[in-house]
Amino acid sequence: MRSLHWFTQVLEVAAALAAAPLFHGWVNQCRAWLQNRSAPPLLQTYRGIRKLFYKDAVIAERASPLFRIAPYVVFATMLTAAAIIPSMGTRLPFSSSADAIALVGLFATARVFLALAAMDIGTAFGTLGARREMMVGFLAEPALLMVVFVASLISMTTSLPAISERLATQALTLSPSLAFTAVAFTMVLLAENGRIPIDNPATHLELTMIHEAMMLEYSARHLALMELAAALKLFNYACIGFALFIPWGTAMGGGGPGALLAAVPILGAKLAVAGAALAVIETVSAKLRVFRAPEFLATAFLFAVLGLLVH
Amino acid sequence: MSLRIAGRTLFPLGAVCGLAVAVAAAMSMTMPPESMQLVIGLPDLPMHVRLDALSRVFLFLLGASSAGISIFAAGYFRSGQGTPPGLLCLEYHLFLASMGFVLLADDAYSFMVAWETMALTSYFLVTAQHRIAEIRQAGFLYLTMAHVGALAILLCFGVLQGGSWHFTFDAMRAAHLAPSWAAAAFLLALAGFGAKGGIVPLHVWLPEAHPAAPSPVSALMSGVMIKMAIYGMLRVSFDLLRGLDWRWGLVPVCLGLFSALYGIVFAAAQTDMKRLLAYSSIENIGILFTGLGLAMVFRGTGMPEYAALALLAVLYHSVNHAFMKSLLFLGTGSVLHSTGERNLGRLGGLIHRMPWVAWLTLVGALAIAGLPPLNGFVSEWLLLQAFLYAHAVPHSFVNMLLPLGAGVVALVAALSGYVMVKFFGVVFLGSPREPSLASAQDAGVMERIGLAWLALGCVLLGLLPAQIIPALARVAAELHVGVLPDSAAPWWMLTPLNNGQASYAPVVFAAAVLACVLLAILAVRLLYHRRVRRAPPWDCGFGGLNWRMQDTAEGFGQPIRHLFTPFFAMRRELPSAFDSAPTYRVVIGDRIWHAVYEPLGPLVESVAGVCARVQQGRISLYLLYALITLCTLLALVL
Amino acid sequence: MTPVPFVMQLLNALAAMLLLLSFAMLAQRRVVTLVDLFALQGAVLCAATLLLAWRTGETNLYISAALTLALKVIVLPRLLHRLIRRLGVYWDTDPLLNIPGTMLVGLMIVVFAFGLAQPISALASTATRSAVGIAVAVILLAFLTMITRRKAMSQVVGFLSMENGLFFGAMSATYGMPMVVELGVALDVLVAMLVLGVFFFQIREQFDSLDLEELEARKEER
Repeated sequence: MRSLHWFTQVLEVAAALAAAPLFHGWVNQCRAWLQNRSAPPLLQTYRGIRKLFYKDAVIAERASPLFRIAPYVVFATMLTAAAIIPSMGTRLPFSSSADAIALVGLFATARVFLALAAMDIGTAFGTLGARREMMVGFLAEPALLMVVFVASLISMTTSLPAISERLATQALTLSPSLAFTAVAFTMVLLAENGRIPIDNPATHLELTMIHEAMMLEYSARHLALMELAAALKLFNYACIGFALFIPWGTAMGGGGPGALLAAVPILGAKLAVAGAALAVIETVSAKLRVFRAPEFLATAFLFAVLGLLVH
Repeated sequence: MSLRIAGRTLFPLGAVCGLAVAVAAAMSMTMPPESMQLVIGLPDLPMHVRLDALSRVFLFLLGASSAGISIFAAGYFRSGQGTPPGLLCLEYHLFLASMGFVLLADDAYSFMVAWETMALTSYFLVTAQHRIAEIRQAGFLYLTMAHVGALAILLCFGVLQGGSWHFTFDAMRAAHLAPSWAAAAFLLALAGFGAKGGIVPLHVWLPEAHPAAPSPVSALMSGVMIKMAIYGMLRVSFDLLRGLDWRWGLVPVCLGLFSALYGIVFAAAQTDMKRLLAYSSIENIGILFTGLGLAMVFRGTGMPEYAALALLAVLYHSVNHAFMKSLLFLGTGSVLHSTGERNLGRLGGLIHRMPWVAWLTLVGALAIAGLPPLNGFVSEWLLLQAFLYAHAVPHSFVNMLLPLGAGVVALVAALSGYVMVKFFGVVFLGSPREPSLASAQDAGVMERIGLAWLALGCVLLGLLPAQIIPALARVAAELHVGVLPDSAAPWWMLTPLNNGQASYAPVVFAAAVLACVLLAILAVRLLYHRRVRRAPPWDCGFGGLNWRMQDTAEGFGQPIRHLFTPFFAMRRELPSAFDSAPTYRVVIGDRIWHAVYEPLGPLVESVAGVCARVQQGRISLYLLYALITLCTLLALVL
Repeated sequence: MTPVPFVMQLLNALAAMLLLLSFAMLAQRRVVTLVDLFALQGAVLCAATLLLAWRTGETNLYISAALTLALKVIVLPRLLHRLIRRLGVYWDTDPLLNIPGTMLVGLMIVVFAFGLAQPISALASTATRSAVGIAVAVILLAFLTMITRRKAMSQVVGFLSMENGLFFGAMSATYGMPMVVELGVALDVLVAMLVLGVFFFQIREQFDSLDLEELEARKEER
């Protein structure tokens, strides 16, 4: 049984690494279809990343070592996060070493390193991007924490797999507070992954961009790692959403290899639906002005707090 | 000259003493409380000292963090304007010793003597550069606030003795106070210790005094001295004061949450790096008071385990903050030394010139931002875990409102990340904002050792909480707050309540992240290549990229100013469209200062004017006063 | 913890949806979306009523549900949309208090409402734990929506949403008001809407705007 748990653990991380660009590509494809464009192939994200890895890295003259180490740190935090989140099975040996609060902390670490790296060169874009990223982050992070907190209150544990397991096995509790937190979580997901009401992943227009502004000085393998990390982040957020709000179908405590085998296509189906839904949200909503972003996020935060209240 | 050499040897000696105190405190943690009567003191008023778990924790904090600060100070103080180094050295060590005595004191007299010595020595240290008018002013403000606070503490002890007129702490423990008197004592303690700690609205001295003081002194004050306020508050509310209604615990929770938010929002708007850190201290004191109040609420409503958990968070955060805030203040000291600048608008790019200071300060900045696996995260985690049980409080409004505190704590933690990115990014990253910065020198060996010691503390406290928490849990047990269950988890795992609900293993966690980093580096090197080409940064084809295009500190804080406008009293000077030399200025004021403290000045002056009437400046009149006093006293006594 | 029957859970969830929609209305700047949200609120209310009717087997409640569906989901929103098109008020100007601030006040109102409703829901045998509290909260939030808006149009939507809260409160606490009262209220709302519609045109004709500040300026000189 233990070996199965370890296998689940390794499988989850490997799957996250492999499937994250695929999920990214899927969202892009859906978006293109909805917007009447011809869609890029599903594997486009892999191709982009692979191309970047083969290129020569160009680094600004006054870049410090912090700038070079940041992509690795950001990537590593996202990969570690993938090891905590129960996407296929809930019995993850590693997850006892970091609970949901630590997971939020992990995302914060990635954000801080990203922002610091962006400030390192000292260009207008970098600092602008860093400031905006932190502005989005300082409201999105507590909102996410509150979402997790509400789920913890309902299940009386802060360990993410345990939360997921309890929510799935309780006799179908339609907790009203989960409705609020689900809305809050969706808003946080959009903001944290640079999606449309807050940031547009497709634009390079300086007035509006956040994530891309921070990436501007990166090239080649560093950029590849950053893009991979961004894809992983989206994947991780989607999996957190599944774990909290639609936990059914993952391999629970008692389940043997069969349950794990069944969990793989279920996860695939969830991802496909979530990606399509994300594309729909992005297509039907308009991008907000940067100064409307705190309003959006404050709303998310307050919704999460409201979930706490309704509990 | 000889004095300077003395300073060079005395400071390391002080560091060794500090280390010895820390080691002794840590080793004796498992022993029962010891008390003693000293032979010194006034006749019939011997000084009592007592060493229990609470004192030991704070002695450890004092010793361990001051060791780093003292080593740094050995390399820092140079003769110049102001107080000569020898005198400074004396004051510094007196300051340290008085703080140690505050922790040991077991009666009100010795406590107050030590407390006042602490206030006075720190006042002299703050005004080391006493030729500068602003510094004198800041020092005076500090002294005033310290004395108003001390008065409140004195009155608090007066209430606590409960009619026995014995001022030993033992007598206070035995006294039975009526609920209203207990509340009065608690509020007096809150005012007195709150003034020392810098809880809003008694915080005004902090952002003035900290930038005025030399950096090691700022570090001591912010890292250690304001923890004495927490110690006093813990001592009074959990040890000396009995029979207080639990609802009073909500007062420190509310004040603490407000201070935390207020402090961090102001920190985000600052442009002076030491003021920024001072406001961040207000934030942390707020967090500590929140935890303290939460522990009181839990204890009073019959949930001892959760009370112990909240108390643990307070103690852990106290120790953490001592390390990280000292580290940051010392880092700013090194920057100040080598550049002569405190203004964030004239710094930048120092990571290239001062790599040691930059990287060690980064540890502190990440720690205080509450990022795992460093120490700030551990205490934040503990506090949030405690908040998770707040809904169980048996009172209908409280159990709804109290969990919302977790939201504020989360918001504050995220904002401190914002502030630290601003602080570190503007000071150390980017390109230099002044040409003179090109000649900045990295810190000397002693300074590096001091910084490294504190950074090491941050890392170890972050990685080994499971080893430290049993020691801290003894405090909760000894004060009869609550006993935490013994942990059945392996050594690397932190499971405070041991009920399978929450666990955190920073060692494993850090190892995983580190392994991922190394694997990624290795994989990239093996599978691809490691070619790097250096080029000028991308300038969008316009050319002429220069340092003025970077965000300033004002710019970085702008979203916060925009979002939290009601907090600030802002005065803007905007250029008109036809200005040939346009200037933009924004002055950020403290609303509380304008609303509460400014009207106090004229009030005091008018009162003083009335009082001045008895002062006629004639000797015969004064002699008359003396005669009247004498007669009155005689009439009263006889 | 005794297991709550599934129907009650569903009712609770619907109540939470009502509150969620109230907050969404509070945070909304666009008048068109406001009306859509109002229609959605009506739909949720209708579903909750149907659920309760099915559980208790009271025919009165079925009629109420039908009435809600007809009036609040179909007729009133269509009327409002038409008004918006004819009057051309798609946006509210900046609300009096910024949106996060409004939401914060809303949060406090919810705390107040829940605290207030705790003894009532202890008395009421029918209601679920939070339903009464949510009903009170919806009413008060609708008030807040009306207070913070400048345009008469949004105020009317707030007013209608308040009626939703009242209806839900009555339904969850006592299984609905007597039929006569309910029919009367429904008629009242419809008539009020029509009158207000006429009133809007009059206001606009007089002041060339639906901004209430114009109206507020017309007061006695002091």
